[in-house]
Parts: sequence; structure tokens; C-alpha cells
Amino acid sequence: MTRYLAVRLAQALGVLWAAYTVSFVVLYALPGDPVSLLYGGDSSDISPEQLAAVRAEYGLDRPLPVQYLTQLGHVLQGDLGTSVVNGRPVTDLVAEAVPPTAQIAALGLVLALVLGGGLAIVATYVRSRALSHTLLSLPPLGVAIPSFWFGLTLVQWFSFTFPVFPAVGNKGFASLVLPAITLALPTGALVAQMLSRSLLGTLHEPWADTARAKGAGRVRVHLRHALRNAALPTLTVTGLVIGGLLSGAVVTETVFSRAGLGRLTATSVGAQDVPVVQGIVLFAATVYVLVNLLVDVLYPLLDPRIVRVRRPRAAAAPTGPAGEPALVGAA
Amino acid sequence: MTAVDALTPLADPTADRSAPGDAGVRGRDEDLVARHVWRGRLADVLRRPGLLVALVWAGLVLVAAFAPHVLASGDPLTGVPADKLQGPSGSHWFGTDQLGRDLFTRVVHGTHLTLEAALVAVGVGLVVGSLLGLLAGFVGGVLDDVVMRTVDVLLSIPSLLLSLALITALGFGTINVAVAVGLASVASVARIMRSEVLRVRTSVYVEAAHAGGSRWWSVLFQHVLPNSAGPVVVLAALELGAAILAVSALSFLGYGEPPPAPEWGALVSGGRDYLRTSWWLTTLPGLTIAASVLAAGRISRALDGDRAGAR
Repeated sequence: MTRYLAVRLAQALGVLWAAYTVSFVVLYALPGDPVSLLYGGDSSDISPEQLAAVRAEYGLDRPLPVQYLTQLGHVLQGDLGTSVVNGRPVTDLVAEAVPPTAQIAALGLVLALVLGGGLAIVATYVRSRALSHTLLSLPPLGVAIPSFWFGLTLVQWFSFTFPVFPAVGNKGFASLVLPAITLALPTGALVAQMLSRSLLGTLHEPWADTARAKGAGRVRVHLRHALRNAALPTLTVTGLVIGGLLSGAVVTETVFSRAGLGRLTATSVGAQDVPVVQGIVLFAATVYVLVNLLVDVLYPLLDPRIVRVRRPRAAAAPTGPAGEPALVGAA
Repeated sequence: MTAVDALTPLADPTADRSAPGDAGVRGRDEDLVARHVWRGRLADVLRRPGLLVALVWAGLVLVAAFAPHVLASGDPLTGVPADKLQGPSGSHWFGTDQLGRDLFTRVVHGTHLTLEAALVAVGVGLVVGSLLGLLAGFVGGVLDDVVMRTVDVLLSIPSLLLSLALITALGFGTINVAVAVGLASVASVARIMRSEVLRVRTSVYVEAAHAGGSRWWSVLFQHVLPNSAGPVVVLAALELGAAILAVSALSFLGYGEPPPAPEWGALVSGGRDYLRTSWWLTTLPGLTIAASVLAAGRISRALDGDRAGAR
């Protein structure tokens, strides 16, 4: 077990370092550095000497490998640099933005699990083929609806036509509800798709027949036997689900004019504030890695076969065979 | 496919089967088979109303993208101020916006921008992803390890965030948005392509081609690529839907073409200020996006089913 944990931890650190490298390549090695992006386009009033001075201040005049290593050194000490727009430390900006996003993401996750999971359980339980088909056609619909339009429609109905919830802002629990529903739509659809596919699979397993033969009722077979086994593959996409919530927050917080990580991302991209965007990408990768590490640690407790069989590859890639639904869910 | 394939264990499903001797007879046979297959397909489509609707919608979207004047003859950029903010009616199917521009005309003319961006995105993702997957699977060894670890890392960053990072570096505009969305999808394409290549690489006809003295690149492009492209084609249709969503989300956030351009996402965001009074300004473009994504998904599922049936 200790070995298993040590290997996972080393892998997690490796992924983080690589994610940092990818973000560096994307943001610094592509043509155009942060300073010329910021002052470049319409900068007849800034002399080349001034630009060079600003570049030197941010260390952008040095060769790329040197920049990479110095920056990596700073990141290892917990310093993600400063915003080129307002000069504040990136760590502060991100730390301030996380709590409001965490609130809607947590509520959204709960809604997605309850509604998506509930839909999958009911759709695979009902005997009527027509009802089951109708229910199973809902998740693709949920994935196809653009969440920015869905959020606006919620505002239109529940803030304007029936003034129940506020349309914008960060104040109180009521302001969480509509953003959380908006976030929960694509996430819940993803959960429902994964769980219903997995449930249909487990219901045809021989041990489900055995349970039925021993006289277990349909509810018992469904909830106690099938669901517990079907939930395991769904657990492996938790990382993707959390990632989906984070990227969903960019659109959702813009729609509802809420402060948070998504809003910070949208404004930083708009202002081409490279250090902040890199900090947010690193934060998202860290969250993904931590969630997967947690899943990896929980997995052997829930399913003892994992450690005994000793097939590191199978568990090491939580995005493995289940990676494909990300295509639909991520957008 | 024909019975020849089923009887020949070495048969490569894509290999050229026509021998010089019986070209005439075979030509007529294949013609008959092809006509039969097409009639069967047509009947199949008619039996599935969902697929039929999806195909009709996809056709309309294509017409709107490449010949917008057929569907809406007006000018998307100039309006009649006296007709501003009118609801949907016979003369303005989707209503009008705050400047009196006809929303239907704007949606139709915006199709070109949005669909072009989505197609470029899928193209970039498919070409780069397939090449990486092909090489990783075919060459194997260190290259395979390097490519697949990079893919794992790319998958650990939510794809919208990756697109946003790329947009920060590349700048705004339809094509930059398209490239950013495409590059963000490279990882998943590469993964699927590689797994298919690994399956095909060990098959008997590839071994036969090697043994027959074909060069590695000819084996790669004549045998491995065509036989492992199937799942990637299905993925392409699905990706097109995801790309339409991603592109319009980014244009909603304001990273696409600057304002008068009627990109679908920008149309929804433009209607935001009139949400209280003019529901059609956000809802009708929004529904157009949703319908297009659904159609792409439905067609992708049909392609997947055809492939499963053919196997």
C-alpha cells in the first residue's frame, strides 16, 4: 500500500511539472511575449527603449531556457509572479477568487450527482422501454445545450418573469442557486451518461443473475449490487468532472457577473495578462492531480482487487478508457 | 463489403481488389451492390426520424454557411431603426435587434463564421492528433512514451482553459479561436488513433505488406491509416458538435471577431442587455447552436452504428 501511494505521488508531481512546462511553452515560447501583447498593438506612444526596459523588469529579455529555469525556481518557492495589469501577486489573486467559485462548484457538483445519478438509476430501473429511452435521451440534450444560453434563460425566468433568485452578484445563498444549476447541467449529463452505461453493463453480469436467483428483489439487485459496482468506473472520471466545473465557471460567472476564478480567467484572457492565466492553468492542473490522487487512494479501499492484482497501469490512468466522454463534457 | 473479404483471411478491407482479367464483370457487380447498399441506406435513414431531422438540419446549416443568400437575402449588418426590437413574426422570423437588424438574417450569415471556425478546429485537432497517434502507435518505443505522457498532461488541463491560454498567446479573432479549440482537442484524438493503430499494426495484412517488401511509410499510409481511421471519423462528427459549442462559448466571452460580425455566440451575448424585454435575441440563436450540436451528435452515433454493423 505504501509503495502504491509513493508511486502515485511521484506520478502526480511529474504531471504537475509537465503541466507547468506545457503552460510555459504555450504562453511564453509562442511568438509574442506578455509585454508586447500588453503594449503591442496600438503602442505608438511607447518607445522601443521603454518596452525593452519593461521586458528587462519581467526578465523577458533573457533566453527562453533561462527564463524557464528561473520561473520554475520561483514556482517551487510558491511565487507565481505578478499580474502585468495591476502588479498584484498572482497567488493572492487566485486565492481570493477560489472561495466564491468553490461555493457554486460544490453546490453544482451535488446537484449534478443527485440529478444525473438519479436519472441514470431511474432510467435503467424502469421496465417501460419508451420511458427508459426518453430518459436516456436527456443527457445528450444536456450536453448539447450551450451553458451560456441556459444560464441566461434561467435568469430570464427566475429573476425577471418570476423574481425568485437574483440575476447577478455574490450575496447570500440565493445568488448561488442559478449559477450552480447552470454548472450542473453539463456535469450532470456527463455523470448520467457514464453511470447509466456502466449500470446497464453490470446488470448483465453473472453475479447479478446469481443475486436474482437467490431471491433478491429488483430494487435490492439494482441499488445494492449493481449500483455499487457501477459507481466505481464513474468515480474515475471525478477529475474530469471537477475540471469541467472549473471551465464551466468561466462562462457561468460571466453570465451571472459573479466574482470568482472563472471571472478572473475571463478578464485576464481579455487583458492578455499572461502570468495570471498561467497561474490559473497551474491551479486547475493541481486540482485535477489532487482529485485523481484522492481517487487513487480511495479506489483500493473501495475495490480491494486493484492492489492485489498489481496492475499499476490499469489504475494509474484514471482517464484511461473513460477518457473519451471528456470530449462532450468539457465543452 | 463483398463476400471475397470474408473468405480471404489475409484480406485488407481497403486493398485494391480488381484484377486486370475480369474488370468488366466485376464492375457491373459492384455497381449493382453499390446501388443496393445505397437503397438500403436510404430506407434505413427514413426508418429513423431522428437521424432524418439531423441530416436535414445539417444540410440547412451547410447551405447557410456556403450560400447564405439562398436562405436570407437581406444584409446582416444594416437594419431599419424604426423596426427595432420586434418579436418573431412572418416578416422577421427571428425578430429584430436593438438596431432593427433582422435576427434570422444575422443567424444565417453568422453560420459561415461559426461553422468555419468549428471545421478549422476539428481539422487542426484531427490532423495533428492523428499524426501524433499514428506515429506513437506505429513507431512505438521512446516516441510512444513521450507522446502519450504529453497527452496525459494535456488531458489534465480542462480543454476550455487550454483554449483560453492559447488565445491569450495567439490573440483574438475567429481563426485564432478555431486553432485554440483544435489544439486543445489534439490529446483525445491522438489517444484514440494510437489505440486503433496498435490494434491494426499486428494484423496479418500489415505483416504481409511488410513481408512483401513495402516501405514503412507506404505500409503506414496505405494499410494502417485507412484501417484505423474509422473511430477517428466518428470522433470527428462528435468533435464538430463539441467544437461548435466551444467556439460559440469563446465568442460569447468576446474573444471572436469584433462586434458587428454575427457569430452565434456573440449574438447570444449581444441579446443579454435586452433579456428582460426581448427573449428572442438570446433564445433563438441559443436554440440554433443547441440544434446544430445535437445534429452532429446524432450523425456521429449513426456513423458509429454503421461501423459496428459492418464489423
